Amino acid sequence: MSMLWTRTPTPRSTIGSPPVAPSSPEAGRQPAPPATPTGRLGPAAADGEGGDRGGTDHSGTDHSGTDRGGTDHSGTDHSGTDRGGAGTTVAAAALVGLLLLPFLPLVLASLSQGYFHPQLLPETWSLRAWRLVLAPGAGTWVALRDSLVVAAGVTLVSLVVAVPAGRVLGTRSFRGRRAVEVVLLLPVLVPGIAVAIGLHVTFLRLGLAGTLPGVVLVHLVPATPYVVLLSAGVFANADLGLEDQARTLGANRRQVAWSVTRPLVAPGLAVAALFGFLVSWGQYATTLVVGGGRVVTLPILLFASAAGGDTAVTAATALVHALPAVALLVATARILGRDVPTLGGAR
Amino acid sequence: MSALLSDQVRRWSRDDTVRTWARLAPALVLVGVLFGGAVWSASSRSLGVGAIGSPGPSLDAYRRLLGDPEFWPSVALTTHVAVTSTLLSVALGVGAALLLRRVHFGRRSLTTLFQFNLPIPHVIGAVAILLLLGQSGFISRLTAGLGWTAAPADFPALLYDPYAVGVIVQYVWKEVPFVGIVALAILRAAGDDLETAAATLGASAWQRFRFVTLPVLLPGVLSTAIIVFAFSFGTFEVPLLLGASYPAVLPVLAHQRYTDVDLANRPEAMALAVVVTLIVIVVVLVGAALARRAVRRAGA
Repeated sequence: MSMLWTRTPTPRSTIGSPPVAPSSPEAGRQPAPPATPTGRLGPAAADGEGGDRGGTDHSGTDHSGTDRGGTDHSGTDHSGTDRGGAGTTVAAAALVGLLLLPFLPLVLASLSQGYFHPQLLPETWSLRAWRLVLAPGAGTWVALRDSLVVAAGVTLVSLVVAVPAGRVLGTRSFRGRRAVEVVLLLPVLVPGIAVAIGLHVTFLRLGLAGTLPGVVLVHLVPATPYVVLLSAGVFANADLGLEDQARTLGANRRQVAWSVTRPLVAPGLAVAALFGFLVSWGQYATTLVVGGGRVVTLPILLFASAAGGDTAVTAATALVHALPAVALLVATARILGRDVPTLGGAR
Repeated sequence: MSALLSDQVRRWSRDDTVRTWARLAPALVLVGVLFGGAVWSASSRSLGVGAIGSPGPSLDAYRRLLGDPEFWPSVALTTHVAVTSTLLSVALGVGAALLLRRVHFGRRSLTTLFQFNLPIPHVIGAVAILLLLGQSGFISRLTAGLGWTAAPADFPALLYDPYAVGVIVQYVWKEVPFVGIVALAILRAAGDDLETAAATLGASAWQRFRFVTLPVLLPGVLSTAIIVFAFSFGTFEVPLLLGASYPAVLPVLAHQRYTDVDLANRPEAMALAVVVTLIVIVVVLVGAALARRAVRRAGA
């Protein structure tokens, strides 16, 4: 739940735009004219230097390492962010290891039979849980299907409304802009359970409670703002001046949209869509209330299993649930890696 | 007449303001109807409007809520969880960013792995923490293997405990990468020219952090902190799985009242939904204002 959009053109952006960083300090200092990469998209945005190659406007994040050996003869370290040696790598690896540690018991438990205290590693390894979870006709498949259907619906609807809105938010300044951003942010921040309880009674009356469309609608509340705000970042960082050039050269509207705009924004919009998908994929409270036990997505199934089930099966279910999310993140990283200029603005 | 009308339409469609709002409309209407509808429905029902046999608007549900013995303990617990999770996530996340930035060997893969938790749904995180921190969990087995504990009961109760340690650990685990990635992005965008300049002028490491790095980070990190607060304040599935049953955090309490067999508790559930919504909105708006002031004062 957690990744925000990129720079929007007005320097004073709102409340919740962390990477946007009401960018007074950065903006003035960045020499590069068009898009200051003040804030980038969540994941993969900051993965090492990779994305920066080819960027001309990067003020030397990567230089300090070499600077030290070369130009600094005084013997003191004048680099602001001196690169650490092996110790730093070890510390960072330990940190990352700590963050990944909770997955270890999950994997071990899923591959075990009778994995009790004080066994650190299972005494009996077994694929029993995986066989149960992946058996044809197992509840997992239904849950996987419902999760996919709901998330796909959420992605599609949110993207359709997000593209025009994102373009406006990303490229224009207009009166009421701030209000729009607040209206879009609140649904993300207000607890899902409150939204779900509020909608449930109305949905009961409309026959939407306990149905997939009802669940899609309630997921749209937190998902749409994400997709809109991420799309705004995409348009803000795309060089839309190319559209005018194409028009000047005689391209018609459709040609401009297809041959100029689409390639400029498609990778970024794909990432925005992936986040919409992920928001829906992780929803629990909203699905529980509006789905009313009749829509069993993977989080619902997993929670039920965790609350009173077989630990090995719970662990395997959790991993099944985690896998598509991780795959999507990897896909996102690849999209961004291949096409950083669009999103990072490091043109 | 129709010519006149289409002329008017054409003039509108050239009008920038109209075009702007027309493009915003689908998203605003969708979010407005669903979110606004939810808030409207919860508020009117919390006031007893629309309920069968209701005598009319009244504050009874709010009165009952304030008299509910679980309400204030729940407010205290929820605030504790949100504040503690936010402070720890921000401190550790910024620390992680500063550390990762200095890594020279393997920075790229470490940074990628650092983000691994971002897409992981909270339910999975909660299950993982359950298997990790439970009294017969993985850490407890480690301490048993080391001879520090003999039986599961010797391991401290970190789950279902009054301080919601497990819930907070789950949140910190999930949000540290979020804060860290935001901080890394800001740092990278800022480059390190200023820090290098400060170093050249003889600033110590602490001075460089306090007067250069921190002001650069502050705006983005404060916004992130507000977001993390809102997320951890609204947490539901995590305390449901890892938290004590009494008191429950506000979102869990709202759900309990809502699904109570006694339908008379429903208005109280609606009142809780309204209260939770208002708290988050107030914190976000006040927090944003304070953040702006802090940023100005930091001379950023």
